[in-house]
Amino acid sequence: MMLAAAASGGDLFVAQNVFFGAIALVMIVSALRCVTTRNVVHAALWLVLVLAGAAAQFILLGSEFVAVTQVLVYIGAIIVLFLFGIMLTKASMGDDDSVAGEKRLMAALVAVLLAVVMGIALIDSYSDTRLVIDEPQRFGEVSDAIFSQYIVAFEAVSVLLLAALIGAIVVARKE
Amino acid sequence: MILNQFLLLAAILFCIGVYGVLARRNGIMVLMSVEIILNSVNINLVAFGAFRDHVAGEVFALFVIAVAAAEVGIGLAIVLLIYRNRRSIDLTEADLLKG
Repeated sequence: MMLAAAASGGDLFVAQNVFFGAIALVMIVSALRCVTTRNVVHAALWLVLVLAGAAAQFILLGSEFVAVTQVLVYIGAIIVLFLFGIMLTKASMGDDDSVAGEKRLMAALVAVLLAVVMGIALIDSYSDTRLVIDEPQRFGEVSDAIFSQYIVAFEAVSVLLLAALIGAIVVARKE
Repeated sequence: MILNQFLLLAAILFCIGVYGVLARRNGIMVLMSVEIILNSVNINLVAFGAFRDHVAGEVFALFVIAVAAAEVGIGLAIVLLIYRNRRSIDLTEADLLKG
Protein backbone atom coordinates (compact mmCIF):
# COMPACT_ATOMS: atom_id res chain seq x y z
CA MET A 1 0.00 0.00 0.00
CA MET A 2 2.71 2.41 1.05
CA LEU A 3 4.80 1.25 -1.86
CA ALA A 4 1.97 1.88 -4.32
CA ALA A 5 1.40 5.36 -2.93
CA ALA A 6 5.10 6.13 -3.14
CA ALA A 7 5.22 4.81 -6.72
CA SER A 8 2.27 6.94 -7.84
CA GLY A 9 3.83 9.96 -6.11
CA GLY A 10 7.05 9.26 -7.99
CA ASP A 11 5.15 9.02 -11.29
CA LEU A 12 3.52 12.37 -10.57
CA PHE A 13 6.92 13.80 -9.79
CA VAL A 14 8.35 12.57 -13.08
CA ALA A 15 5.33 13.82 -15.05
CA GLN A 16 5.58 17.27 -13.46
CA ASN A 17 9.27 17.46 -14.27
CA VAL A 18 8.72 16.34 -17.88
CA PHE A 19 6.03 18.97 -18.38
CA PHE A 20 8.20 21.59 -16.71
CA GLY A 21 11.15 20.77 -18.95
CA ALA A 22 9.11 20.85 -22.16
CA ILE A 23 7.42 24.15 -21.29
CA ALA A 24 10.67 25.72 -20.10
CA LEU A 25 12.40 24.74 -23.35
CA VAL A 26 9.58 26.28 -25.43
CA MET A 27 9.68 29.45 -23.30
CA ILE A 28 13.44 29.93 -23.56
CA VAL A 29 13.56 29.26 -27.31
CA SER A 30 10.65 31.59 -28.02
CA ALA A 31 12.07 34.31 -25.76
CA LEU A 32 15.38 34.08 -27.63
CA ARG A 33 13.58 34.25 -30.98
CA CYS A 34 11.50 37.18 -29.68
CA VAL A 35 14.52 39.33 -28.85
CA THR A 36 16.56 38.35 -31.93
CA THR A 37 14.06 38.14 -34.80
CA ARG A 38 14.15 41.04 -37.24
CA ASN A 39 10.43 41.05 -37.99
CA VAL A 40 8.51 42.93 -35.29
CA VAL A 41 5.20 41.13 -35.92
CA HIS A 42 6.93 37.76 -35.57
CA ALA A 43 8.48 38.99 -32.31
CA ALA A 44 5.00 39.76 -30.95
CA LEU A 45 3.84 36.25 -31.91
CA TRP A 46 6.89 34.67 -30.23
CA LEU A 47 6.05 36.73 -27.15
CA VAL A 48 2.62 35.02 -27.11
CA LEU A 49 4.40 31.67 -26.74
CA VAL A 50 6.49 32.97 -23.82
CA LEU A 51 3.40 34.31 -22.04
CA ALA A 52 1.42 31.11 -22.63
CA GLY A 53 4.34 29.11 -21.27
CA ALA A 54 4.37 31.29 -18.16
CA ALA A 55 0.64 30.60 -17.72
CA ALA A 56 1.35 26.87 -17.99
CA GLN A 57 4.06 27.19 -15.33
CA PHE A 58 1.59 28.96 -13.05
CA ILE A 59 -0.82 26.03 -13.44
CA LEU A 60 2.05 23.66 -12.66
CA LEU A 61 2.68 25.69 -9.50
CA GLY A 62 -0.96 25.26 -8.50
CA SER A 63 -2.17 28.85 -8.89
CA GLU A 64 -4.85 28.74 -11.55
CA PHE A 65 -6.13 32.23 -10.86
CA VAL A 66 -2.84 33.86 -11.84
CA ALA A 67 -2.71 31.62 -14.93
CA VAL A 68 -6.20 32.66 -16.03
CA THR A 69 -5.39 36.33 -15.40
CA GLN A 70 -2.17 35.92 -17.37
CA VAL A 71 -4.07 34.57 -20.37
CA LEU A 72 -6.82 37.20 -20.14
CA VAL A 73 -4.66 40.27 -19.54
CA TYR A 74 -1.41 39.43 -21.33
CA ILE A 75 -2.42 37.30 -24.29
CA GLY A 76 -5.86 38.84 -24.60
CA ALA A 77 -5.11 42.52 -24.12
CA ILE A 78 -1.43 43.40 -24.07
CA ILE A 79 -0.50 41.47 -27.23
CA VAL A 80 -3.39 43.11 -29.09
CA LEU A 81 -2.10 46.48 -27.84
CA PHE A 82 1.37 45.60 -29.15
CA LEU A 83 0.00 44.56 -32.54
CA PHE A 84 -1.93 47.84 -32.77
CA GLY A 85 1.22 49.74 -31.85
CA ILE A 86 3.15 47.94 -34.59
CA MET A 87 0.40 48.70 -37.11
CA LEU A 88 0.24 52.39 -36.17
CA THR A 89 4.00 52.84 -36.48
CA LYS A 90 4.04 51.43 -39.97
CA ALA A 91 7.72 52.20 -40.56
CA SER A 92 8.57 49.20 -38.44
CA MET A 93 6.32 46.70 -40.21
CA GLY A 94 9.20 45.17 -42.08
CA ASP A 95 12.68 44.70 -40.76
CA ASP A 96 13.85 46.12 -37.52
CA ASP A 97 16.68 48.37 -38.64
CA SER A 98 20.15 46.98 -38.26
CA VAL A 99 21.51 46.56 -34.77
CA ALA A 100 25.08 47.66 -34.25
CA GLY A 101 27.39 44.66 -33.77
CA GLU A 102 29.24 46.26 -30.89
CA LYS A 103 26.04 47.11 -29.04
CA ARG A 104 24.71 43.59 -29.52
CA LEU A 105 27.97 42.10 -28.24
CA MET A 106 27.96 44.27 -25.13
CA ALA A 107 24.32 43.43 -24.45
CA ALA A 108 25.03 39.71 -24.80
CA LEU A 109 28.01 40.08 -22.46
CA VAL A 110 25.88 41.83 -19.83
CA ALA A 111 23.14 39.21 -20.13
CA VAL A 112 25.55 36.26 -19.85
CA LEU A 113 27.33 37.82 -16.85
CA LEU A 114 23.99 38.45 -15.15
CA ALA A 115 22.91 34.86 -15.86
CA VAL A 116 26.14 33.47 -14.40
CA VAL A 117 25.90 35.58 -11.25
CA MET A 118 22.22 34.81 -10.65
CA GLY A 119 22.70 31.13 -11.49
CA ILE A 120 25.57 30.74 -9.02
CA ALA A 121 23.62 32.59 -6.31
CA LEU A 122 20.48 30.48 -6.85
CA ILE A 123 22.33 27.15 -6.99
CA ASP A 124 24.21 28.15 -3.87
CA SER A 125 21.06 29.10 -1.91
CA TYR A 126 18.33 26.72 -3.08
CA SER A 127 20.15 23.74 -4.56
CA ASP A 128 17.97 21.08 -2.93
CA THR A 129 14.87 22.88 -1.72
CA ARG A 130 11.91 20.64 -2.55
CA LEU A 131 8.69 22.18 -3.77
CA VAL A 132 5.70 20.12 -2.65
CA ILE A 133 2.37 21.17 -4.11
CA ASP A 134 -0.30 18.93 -2.65
CA GLU A 135 -3.32 21.03 -3.53
CA PRO A 136 -3.90 24.12 -5.67
CA GLN A 137 -4.45 27.51 -4.09
CA ARG A 138 -8.15 28.25 -4.00
CA PHE A 139 -9.63 31.34 -5.65
CA GLY A 140 -11.33 32.22 -2.37
CA GLU A 141 -8.12 32.54 -0.40
CA VAL A 142 -6.58 34.84 -2.99
CA SER A 143 -9.63 37.09 -3.18
CA ASP A 144 -9.95 37.16 0.62
CA ALA A 145 -6.32 38.28 0.87
CA ILE A 146 -6.77 40.95 -1.81
CA PHE A 147 -9.91 42.41 -0.24
CA SER A 148 -8.73 42.34 3.36
CA GLN A 149 -4.98 42.41 3.85
CA TYR A 150 -4.01 44.10 0.59
CA ILE A 151 -7.02 46.38 0.12
CA VAL A 152 -4.92 49.56 0.15
CA ALA A 153 -2.61 48.22 -2.56
CA PHE A 154 -5.65 47.11 -4.55
CA GLU A 155 -7.21 50.58 -4.43
CA ALA A 156 -3.86 52.14 -5.33
CA VAL A 157 -3.66 49.85 -8.38
CA SER A 158 -7.14 50.88 -9.47
CA VAL A 159 -6.20 54.57 -9.25
CA LEU A 160 -2.96 53.78 -11.11
CA LEU A 161 -4.89 52.10 -13.94
CA LEU A 162 -7.23 55.09 -14.20
CA ALA A 163 -4.25 57.48 -14.28
CA ALA A 164 -2.55 55.33 -16.95
CA LEU A 165 -5.75 55.33 -19.03
CA ILE A 166 -6.11 59.11 -18.90
CA GLY A 167 -2.38 59.60 -19.41
CA ALA A 168 -2.29 57.37 -22.48
CA ILE A 169 -5.23 59.24 -24.02
CA VAL A 170 -3.64 62.63 -23.32
CA VAL A 171 -0.21 61.60 -24.62
CA ALA A 172 -1.41 59.86 -27.79
CA ARG A 173 -4.18 62.31 -28.71
CA LYS A 174 -3.74 64.46 -31.82
CA GLU A 175 -3.69 68.18 -31.08
CA MET B 1 9.88 19.39 -8.40
CA ILE B 2 12.52 21.49 -6.74
CA LEU B 3 12.18 25.21 -6.21
CA ASN B 4 15.38 25.97 -8.06
CA GLN B 5 14.15 24.89 -11.48
CA PHE B 6 11.55 27.65 -11.49
CA LEU B 7 14.02 30.21 -10.14
CA LEU B 8 16.62 29.29 -12.76
CA LEU B 9 14.05 29.45 -15.57
CA ALA B 10 13.02 32.91 -14.34
CA ALA B 11 16.67 34.00 -14.16
CA ILE B 12 17.33 32.86 -17.75
CA LEU B 13 14.20 34.64 -19.02
CA PHE B 14 15.23 37.78 -17.10
CA CYS B 15 18.64 37.76 -18.78
CA ILE B 16 17.08 37.27 -22.23
CA GLY B 17 14.83 40.25 -21.50
CA VAL B 18 17.81 42.35 -20.39
CA TYR B 19 19.58 41.46 -23.64
CA GLY B 20 16.52 42.58 -25.60
CA VAL B 21 16.27 45.88 -23.74
CA LEU B 22 19.95 46.64 -24.32
CA ALA B 23 20.37 45.40 -27.89
CA ARG B 24 17.17 46.39 -29.70
CA ARG B 25 16.71 49.85 -31.16
CA ASN B 26 13.02 49.55 -32.00
CA GLY B 27 10.93 51.11 -29.22
CA ILE B 28 8.20 48.47 -29.41
CA MET B 29 10.77 45.69 -29.20
CA VAL B 30 12.20 47.24 -26.03
CA LEU B 31 8.71 47.24 -24.50
CA MET B 32 8.27 43.56 -25.43
CA SER B 33 11.57 42.71 -23.73
CA VAL B 34 10.37 44.52 -20.60
CA GLU B 35 7.29 42.27 -20.70
CA ILE B 36 9.55 39.18 -20.73
CA ILE B 37 11.39 40.58 -17.68
CA LEU B 38 8.13 41.21 -15.79
CA ASN B 39 6.96 37.69 -16.60
CA SER B 40 10.10 36.16 -15.18
CA VAL B 41 9.52 38.16 -11.99
CA ASN B 42 5.97 36.80 -11.85
CA ILE B 43 7.25 33.23 -12.11
CA ASN B 44 9.57 33.94 -9.18
CA LEU B 45 6.75 35.41 -7.08
CA VAL B 46 4.37 32.52 -7.72
CA ALA B 47 7.10 29.92 -7.14
CA PHE B 48 7.99 31.42 -3.78
CA GLY B 49 4.31 31.71 -2.92
CA ALA B 50 3.84 28.00 -3.63
CA PHE B 51 7.01 27.15 -1.73
CA ARG B 52 5.92 28.99 1.42
CA ASP B 53 2.26 28.02 0.90
CA HIS B 54 1.18 31.63 1.25
CA VAL B 55 -1.12 33.72 -0.95
CA ALA B 56 1.12 36.80 -0.90
CA GLY B 57 3.11 35.56 -3.89
CA GLU B 58 0.01 35.20 -6.05
CA VAL B 59 -1.45 38.52 -4.90
CA PHE B 60 1.73 40.36 -5.80
CA ALA B 61 1.93 38.55 -9.15
CA LEU B 62 -1.58 39.87 -9.87
CA PHE B 63 -0.48 43.40 -8.91
CA VAL B 64 2.56 43.07 -11.20
CA ILE B 65 0.26 42.04 -14.07
CA ALA B 66 -1.94 45.11 -13.48
CA VAL B 67 1.03 47.47 -13.32
CA ALA B 68 2.49 45.87 -16.47
CA ALA B 69 -0.78 46.58 -18.30
CA ALA B 70 -0.59 50.25 -17.28
CA GLU B 71 3.08 50.38 -18.26
CA VAL B 72 2.40 49.00 -21.74
CA GLY B 73 -0.42 51.49 -22.30
CA ILE B 74 1.72 54.50 -21.39
CA GLY B 75 4.81 53.09 -23.15
CA LEU B 76 3.00 52.52 -26.43
CA ALA B 77 1.49 56.01 -26.23
CA ILE B 78 4.98 57.47 -25.82
CA VAL B 79 6.35 55.37 -28.71
CA LEU B 80 3.42 56.54 -30.85
CA LEU B 81 4.22 60.15 -29.99
CA ILE B 82 7.90 59.66 -30.86
CA TYR B 83 6.84 58.12 -34.18
CA ARG B 84 4.48 61.02 -34.91
CA ASN B 85 7.18 63.59 -34.23
CA ARG B 86 10.14 61.87 -35.88
CA ARG B 87 8.64 59.37 -38.37
CA SER B 88 10.81 56.71 -36.75
CA ILE B 89 10.81 54.71 -33.53
CA ASP B 90 14.56 54.14 -33.48
CA LEU B 91 15.45 54.82 -29.89
CA THR B 92 19.07 55.73 -30.70
CA GLU B 93 17.72 58.79 -32.53
CA ALA B 94 15.73 59.93 -29.49
CA ASP B 95 18.71 61.54 -27.77
CA LEU B 96 17.50 65.11 -27.23
CA LEU B 97 18.36 65.02 -23.53
CA LYS B 98 21.83 63.62 -24.19
CA GLY B 99 23.35 67.13 -24.32
